Amino acid sequence: MSGNENSQRQLIDPESQLTFEQAYRWMLLARILDDKFASLYRTGKIHGGVFLGRGQEALSASIGVNLRKNDIFAPLIRDGAGRLAFGESILDAVRTYMGSSLGPMRGRDGNVHRGNLKAGLLPMISHLGAMISVVNGMLMARRFKGQSGMVGVASAGDGMTSTGAFHEALNQASIEKLPLVVVIADNQYAYSVPTSRQFACHSLADRAVGYGMKSFVVDGTDLRACLITLHKAIARARSGQGPQLIVASLLRLCGHGEHDDAGYVDPKLKVSPLGRDCLEVAENFMLEQNWATHSSLAAERAGFQKQVEEAVSQVQREPAPDPYRENWQALATQSLSETPGLSNA
Amino acid sequence: MSITYLDAIRAAQAKALADDPRVYIYGQDVGAFGGAFKATKNLAKEFPGRVIDAPISEDAMIGSAVGAAIEGMRPIIEIQFADFSTVGLNQIVNQASTLFWRTGVPCPITIRLPSGGTSGSGPFHSQSLEAIYAHYPGLIAFTPATVEDAYSMLLEAVAIDDPVIFFEHKFLYYHLKAEALPTTALPAGKARVALPGRDMTIVAYSAMVHEALAAAEALALEGYQIEIVDLRSIKPLDTDTVMASVARTGRLLCVGESWPWGGVTAEVIARVATEGLDLLDVPPQRLNAKDTPVPYHPNLWGVHRPTARAIADAARQMLRT
Repeated sequence: MSGNENSQRQLIDPESQLTFEQAYRWMLLARILDDKFASLYRTGKIHGGVFLGRGQEALSASIGVNLRKNDIFAPLIRDGAGRLAFGESILDAVRTYMGSSLGPMRGRDGNVHRGNLKAGLLPMISHLGAMISVVNGMLMARRFKGQSGMVGVASAGDGMTSTGAFHEALNQASIEKLPLVVVIADNQYAYSVPTSRQFACHSLADRAVGYGMKSFVVDGTDLRACLITLHKAIARARSGQGPQLIVASLLRLCGHGEHDDAGYVDPKLKVSPLGRDCLEVAENFMLEQNWATHSSLAAERAGFQKQVEEAVSQVQREPAPDPYRENWQALATQSLSETPGLSNA
Repeated sequence: MSITYLDAIRAAQAKALADDPRVYIYGQDVGAFGGAFKATKNLAKEFPGRVIDAPISEDAMIGSAVGAAIEGMRPIIEIQFADFSTVGLNQIVNQASTLFWRTGVPCPITIRLPSGGTSGSGPFHSQSLEAIYAHYPGLIAFTPATVEDAYSMLLEAVAIDDPVIFFEHKFLYYHLKAEALPTTALPAGKARVALPGRDMTIVAYSAMVHEALAAAEALALEGYQIEIVDLRSIKPLDTDTVMASVARTGRLLCVGESWPWGGVTAEVIARVATEGLDLLDVPPQRLNAKDTPVPYHPNLWGVHRPTARAIADAARQMLRT
């Protein structure tokens, strides 16, 4: 399954079997890829942190399958499924985690900090809220150039909504009437901090009123609901109705990163509807609808496992970055780089 | 007809807008009002849709400029006072400055920071923040001291494929005048000998160049010939021109309007000390603002930052050694 397949598609029916199955496949692939990253982390094969999207794949995949080739996507750390659905290759993901010099970040940045600007996929910085205004600027630039019909989606979490950058960017998008969709995955915890210590409004969707934005709420564990809601919001933004805000409720089914056992998660939440595993929910739905059988799902899983294993073994044979071949220059304008010899070159 | 430093900044922006359709200006009050200092006067009318009022959101202003640059635009962001750039600091030092290194995609944005003190402006409208921005890799920091440089270096800033922080000095806006806009300029990143001399080198930048020139005039009456190096750009920093001057004079005094801890004067002295200690006949010295917020009242402000008199006093002590 390649990203091109999706990027060619211009119109989708969010309620169709075809769309559901496509989104499910991206969810499954993302889950398998995440599981592999977790095991590579535990065996010390990955430097730095590993951050999984477990429990958020339905929402994330729904973003990706609803976007088109010329759109813009600013994912966050739990958007593995959305990245794949938007066109990121398994290799790009693996190369970035493994620090391969052939990856898009060339070992200069790692793990979830990867992207492909030419394809409209933004490599996030760690400072939450900072990517939304970048998407705004890209959309403003497209407008300067006389382009229309595209949309930008920026992912957010419940924690990000507390930042000034989030507020500034949503306000800016509304003033400029940009085709922006902000998707908040309200996963109940920002690292260890519960939402009761993050915001005091009834629902984060209420924030939209203050920006003059249209808002949507959705059950983030329900792929079908996510596909329909994303489709609606993206269609509105695309047709010139200004920025849209989606708030999806779900539970992060892992720690903040793989270093975190998430012991702070309220056990009651785990057994509540929020704690459902969206991948299982999607599989059960497909079985109920007779769109799949247990054996067809198992075959699908085995196929993706093979793809992921192949990608990892390929990347493990690839060259690591070489400090002696690195040019150690941060500027595009080489003639203005500081004189070497003053640093520890 | 005489042209002020501020006129030069306006003229450079008008030329950039006229020459390159990728250029636009975004900042508070820059539209119909023409900017708090009138640096964009009439530009919104002359270039419809390309000189845009921004909400009071420095973070989003700069973040959006990075996004526009990714798409091939060349935004000019006017921050109303350099002091307020700290609200957008994250986007400058983490987003704009890292973009090319991380992705290979250039980030050609120009951020204009009206900088430095004028009497009566107080702690939050007077700051000189060049040391902070020069500290970060991936940024260029220009500090023009003349009308000619204000014009030519702003045009260069817009043309450069990297984020340029353009420190324009508010004190110079109306005080400095030239007869005409320049048609040629020194290469970007090159320092300039503003006054040749043989007894001592004073390295300065921005408004301090003029305080240093006034000090040199006073010292000339006492028979001293002071050489003044105007850095023009603090990052990159033209160490060669500074070293060549120190090689001629054997004495080095660095003057900066920003605070003393770290910063440009410390950097210049560190470079000369590490690469050319043997060129120095006396220990190098530096003169900065006092280590307090910038005061409001002229009596306090007038001694908070280095003045021609303070520079001359410091120079005299070194010349007598």
